[in-house]
Amino acid sequence: MTVPKPKGDAVTRKQRRLYFVLLGMLALAAATALVLTAVGDGMVYFYTPSDLQTKHIGPDRRVRLGGLVEKGSVVKDGQTVTFVITDMTATTPVTYVGVLPDLFREGQGVVAEGKMDEQGGFHASEVLAKHDENYMPKEVADALKKSGHWKDEYQHK
Amino acid sequence: MIPETGHYALILALFVAIVQAIVPLVGAARDDRPWMEVGRTAAFAQFLLIAIAFGALTWSYVTSDFSVVNVAQNSHTDKPLLYKITGVWGNHEGSMLLWVLILAAYGLALALFGRNLPPALRARALAVQAMISVGFLAFILFTSDPFARLDPAPLNGNGLNPLLQDPGLAFHPPFLYLGYVGFSMAFSFAIAALIEGRVDAAWARWVRPWTLAAWCFLTLGIAMGSWWAYYTLGWGGWWYWDPTENASFMPWLAGTALLHSAIVVEKRDTLKAWTILLAIFAFSLSLLGTFIVRSGVVTSVHSFAADPARGVFILALLVLVIGGSLMLFALRSPSLKAGGLFTPLSREGSLLLNNVLMSTACGTVLLGTLYPLFADALGLGKISVGPPFFNAVFIPLMVPMVATMALGPMMSWKRGDLMGALVRLRIAFVLTLVVGIACWLLDGGSVQALKAAGGFALAAWLLIGSIVEWAERVKLFKAPLVESLNRARHLPRAAYGMTITHLALAVVIIGITGSAVWTSEKIQVMRPGETVTLSGFDLTLNGVEDGIKGPNYTASRASFTARKNGEVVAQMSPEKRLYTMPPRPTTDAAIHTNFINDLYVVVGDPDGKGGYVTRLYHNTLVPWIFIGAVLMVFGGLVSLSDRRHRIGAPTRKTKAA
Repeated sequence: MTVPKPKGDAVTRKQRRLYFVLLGMLALAAATALVLTAVGDGMVYFYTPSDLQTKHIGPDRRVRLGGLVEKGSVVKDGQTVTFVITDMTATTPVTYVGVLPDLFREGQGVVAEGKMDEQGGFHASEVLAKHDENYMPKEVADALKKSGHWKDEYQHK
Repeated sequence: MIPETGHYALILALFVAIVQAIVPLVGAARDDRPWMEVGRTAAFAQFLLIAIAFGALTWSYVTSDFSVVNVAQNSHTDKPLLYKITGVWGNHEGSMLLWVLILAAYGLALALFGRNLPPALRARALAVQAMISVGFLAFILFTSDPFARLDPAPLNGNGLNPLLQDPGLAFHPPFLYLGYVGFSMAFSFAIAALIEGRVDAAWARWVRPWTLAAWCFLTLGIAMGSWWAYYTLGWGGWWYWDPTENASFMPWLAGTALLHSAIVVEKRDTLKAWTILLAIFAFSLSLLGTFIVRSGVVTSVHSFAADPARGVFILALLVLVIGGSLMLFALRSPSLKAGGLFTPLSREGSLLLNNVLMSTACGTVLLGTLYPLFADALGLGKISVGPPFFNAVFIPLMVPMVATMALGPMMSWKRGDLMGALVRLRIAFVLTLVVGIACWLLDGGSVQALKAAGGFALAAWLLIGSIVEWAERVKLFKAPLVESLNRARHLPRAAYGMTITHLALAVVIIGITGSAVWTSEKIQVMRPGETVTLSGFDLTLNGVEDGIKGPNYTASRASFTARKNGEVVAQMSPEKRLYTMPPRPTTDAAIHTNFINDLYVVVGDPDGKGGYVTRLYHNTLVPWIFIGAVLMVFGGLVSLSDRRHRIGAPTRKTKAA
């Protein structure tokens, strides 16, 4: 089959390839720009209570805090819950307002997302355990293994 | 005996797949018909054998044969029959078996319905299918044997994760897999075409219906997963940009792009290399999705075991499939002859633009999903990439895409008339402005309200644009009504499919916008008899009944009465369940819907002083998201039923000029 010669403002193959490349680059540039602007508030770092003691994290930074819920530390006052997250080396008190996820338990792993206050307390806006089927979030397990406080029975309870 | 039979059948299936991967390919190269025909026979045999294996595992589940490790770990005698059956794929080994079963089913379909395909193309496609099969069967047999025995057998099993004991999630994996694996057809055809060095309209006509079918399944699968997350996780949300959600969303984006670029190949004989590339990507992302979800690299409900051997195996498979196919693409794609030319402002041009935007969006989702893994591997710290990132990147890319969606179908092939199309869309233009401004004013006219206005305006643009396009096709109000009706009747179903799916997306956008801007939420401690007012509804907690026995759980059930202006709207009973095996609590939200708004009630823990923590949501327009998704699938099915897919379609001789 022969391709009919395009007339007028129609394009040649080479030009079309150029459009294709230009369009691709434009999309790529747009995506890069968007990614770079979104990186700031979209990415949240994960810390353990010991990390929080050594690094100073300002009250504006959103972070994730992970560890074990210290046994006997959970105090519920209506919808406000306070508890202590520990990595067996350091502890951080956490305040949270709302319904805790089903998998939240004392002595079990938890990840809280929120901000630090000036007094060294942590205000969680979200407590995550919602997508985890072992009671141990991966980050928490890794952190505990690193600090040498990992016990196998955490895995299946 | 039955599990061993299943295991034996699976081993036989592997050998059959090896034969199917080699013989037809050699036959096609030598132009030897009998050798090529081996592919079809083998596809039958492979399906039969895998079906026997799957049947054997299902049987072990139904009869609670705890001498099989897999059953002992994931089932329990107390489980209702439905969840005994769905438990088959509620674990790593079983779900992989389901994966290959579906793969073999697609192979069988190709052997059965591919009669009018050129024999060499069919033989090659079947061989590629078998290669994928070999990879997965070997994976199952060497790393995840579902039939391994346990001696002595325990008296009872460990039970299934209660979160998975739910009708919405029970059928979510099969649909998702039907979608994922469905893209293997497009992939196999793409590889076969690369080997042949030939892509033409007949090829596209073959690939399109399979891709469309896979796309419909995948859409339904994702919608089911999202719906499940909405009503069981008790957070009132329907999408979290969780890695596992993204894993299914990326193939969907690539598949949607493929669906559209295949149209250009079919109608205009161009964009061939791009379409082949998309076919490769769609399937690669499906594999990646399986990998992300199953390997345990991310924690979620789905990740079953983090066995390093499995991870390495899947990774190797992934590298082989993606690397191999891209290599073949690099070698062979220059030989694909490009066909019709077009200007940037044409239907091809707009489809291409949409393709590029869709692929870019897919790429950014991929980046956000994999970045934490890379950062962790490179020691950059533990990072999670959350919804703010995805929303900030994804939405701006989707806005121009949706804007073009209304415009594209109005342009003619080859060289379109942008001004003309815009003029014909003037009603849509005016109405979009009206909707936007009205929403903005209704919502208080603040900067914040611009978000709602933008979303609804975009939806209006797509909605009205699609209707205008249809009206033009049937010459509504431009010709006598009888003629319009006649035209409407004879419009190809594929055209209706497009209109319906595009309208469906508009409905989804309305739902997303509504849920993003107007949802209200209240969290408090309520005592029995107390009433809380939310968005005009008065919700009274009547009481909480403890110790309600289910088949394998005990529940606390709260009873709420929802009133509006003193009249009872609904009785709602959310539950908090504690499953016996494994002992885990779950939340069962109560939802009352009027198909526009959802009243969503969750009961939490008692506060020890006679009160209960409750979460109440008024979710605006969320039902539209799911209605839109179902409508989208319906549109896909309508398009799939188009005449040209059924009759005399893909022969190379009848290629239209």
